[in-house]
Amino acid sequence: MTELHHLTLAELNEGLRARRFSSVELAKHFLARIERLNPTLNALITVTAEQALAAAQRADELLASGEAGALAGVPLIHKDIFCTDGVLTTCGSRMLANFVAPYDATIVEKLSQSGVVMLGKANMDEFAMGSSNETSYYGPVKNPWDLKKVPGGSSGGSAAAVAARLAPVATATDTGGSIRQPAALTGLTGLKPTYGRVSRYGMIAFASSLDQAGTLTYTAKDAALVLRDMAGFDPRDSTSVDTPVPDYVAALDQPLKGLKIGLLKEFFEGGLEESTAKLIREALQVYERLGAQLIEVSLPNLPLSVPTYYVVAPAECSSNLSRFDGVRFGYRCENPKDLVDLYKRSRGEGFGAEVKRRIMTGTYVLSAGYYDAYYLRAQKVRRLITDDFARAFQQVDVLMGPTSPTPAFDIGAKVDDPITMYLNDIYTIGANLAGLPALSIPCGSVGGLPVGLQIIGPHFAEAKLLNVAHGYQNETLWHRDIPKGYE
Amino acid sequence: MSLTDHDVKNIAHLARLALTEEQVPVYVDSLSKIFDFVAQLNAADTASVEPMAHPLADQVQRMRPDEVLDSDQHGKYQRNAPRVEADLYLVPKVIE
Repeated sequence: MTELHHLTLAELNEGLRARRFSSVELAKHFLARIERLNPTLNALITVTAEQALAAAQRADELLASGEAGALAGVPLIHKDIFCTDGVLTTCGSRMLANFVAPYDATIVEKLSQSGVVMLGKANMDEFAMGSSNETSYYGPVKNPWDLKKVPGGSSGGSAAAVAARLAPVATATDTGGSIRQPAALTGLTGLKPTYGRVSRYGMIAFASSLDQAGTLTYTAKDAALVLRDMAGFDPRDSTSVDTPVPDYVAALDQPLKGLKIGLLKEFFEGGLEESTAKLIREALQVYERLGAQLIEVSLPNLPLSVPTYYVVAPAECSSNLSRFDGVRFGYRCENPKDLVDLYKRSRGEGFGAEVKRRIMTGTYVLSAGYYDAYYLRAQKVRRLITDDFARAFQQVDVLMGPTSPTPAFDIGAKVDDPITMYLNDIYTIGANLAGLPALSIPCGSVGGLPVGLQIIGPHFAEAKLLNVAHGYQNETLWHRDIPKGYE
Repeated sequence: MSLTDHDVKNIAHLARLALTEEQVPVYVDSLSKIFDFVAQLNAADTASVEPMAHPLADQVQRMRPDEVLDSDQHGKYQRNAPRVEADLYLVPKVIE
């Protein structure tokens, strides 16, 4: 018999509707896996077993009465960056180790209305600043494919949890690659929607012009099902875009014949490992067999995306994180001698080393005398990069390349060298700077570790991206691979 | 570029971050490397380029009418405060 955790979200959803199993059975099954496997993985910070069983019970009642939402009874894990009313919301930081959110993030509210059952909150890099999940106050997350390796970051807990079959979906956020890179390193489908597609209300801010919420799932079809209920205009987020949400599921089966795929020349140069490059080329051959046309394109300013990001993102972070002052919520130091001492020690002790590094980087690039040289210049280069993408999309429907230059690396291997760590995101940052939707799908493995293919589309082309990813997943079985010990 | 201990202490002060003496040289080293790294941006020709503040180039952030939409939640919000007395957030004395 197929185990419940071998089923995709779409299959679970269908089974719930056909009453082959109940939501309570599902919740119990996944909670038992979490209890057994999470102590090793450290993928979850909080497990909400009691609330989950109550929500599952309600979902079963709604399913019985025929009034259930589209995802009623489906278990889900939220990244601990999303505010959840009455539940600890830490953002992976000592600063918020005692913070019980007083309201739900819009996406938490929307998905609850759709009937999902939250099992818990996922570990993450502190304030989503990291590419390996090693900056978390709650300790590193292990990659279920190899416990010595990182799962990627910042959504490392979300990725490890879904890869280990602790839930069929986890929410995640992507500021510079934090959904796609962990998806690649753990063999999942990770979707970062267009900036403004999904509400940021109640999502703890890192870099507000880059942050976007998305999903980690097994398949593109699963991502389509969840995005359909997550996306949409929200008056509480001033950058939310008021444009209709298409039926992503209905668009999945469009034929790919005649699809124009742009190969990003810059992505195949530099630090890309040959074993990864080979798998990407094999994936492209699958698309050629499906009738797609491959066209090489060049984005000459793309190599400047990492330095641009490491000015823009820290600048926004230094501003956003100024709200953590030890007064209204969050960590406060012991015995402050005056108000400035309270601010400085609460922040100095409450934030970890990488968060402090980014706040200081941002403070410096925004300070008098340096603003033009760093921040304004980076905002100009950001436009050059965005214009490069726009020109490419006049020629092609989607762009493809690797998600990450290497498969998962060893825990501890890059923590002491921030620049090496930052370069993990060399292929993912461009889409954030330009606000574009992008996803990563598994396309093979090197030495037992998964490799991801990245697909980038024009603004609001999520339906096309999911269609293109689904076409590949109909031809391949990489998305069905389960790490050893987690079957 | 090479930052000094003094530069890092000044940045930390502006950012209201207390650093230990041991942390200062670590940040001198890593921040110097980061500013060297981002100096690559100087190679780009940006003479006639408008800075881009919003990723959807032509989006204008919406305004909304200034209306009260929420009910009073201060009791709930203050449960997260480190110190509260008589509905007020407590901080060390500011005015002598």
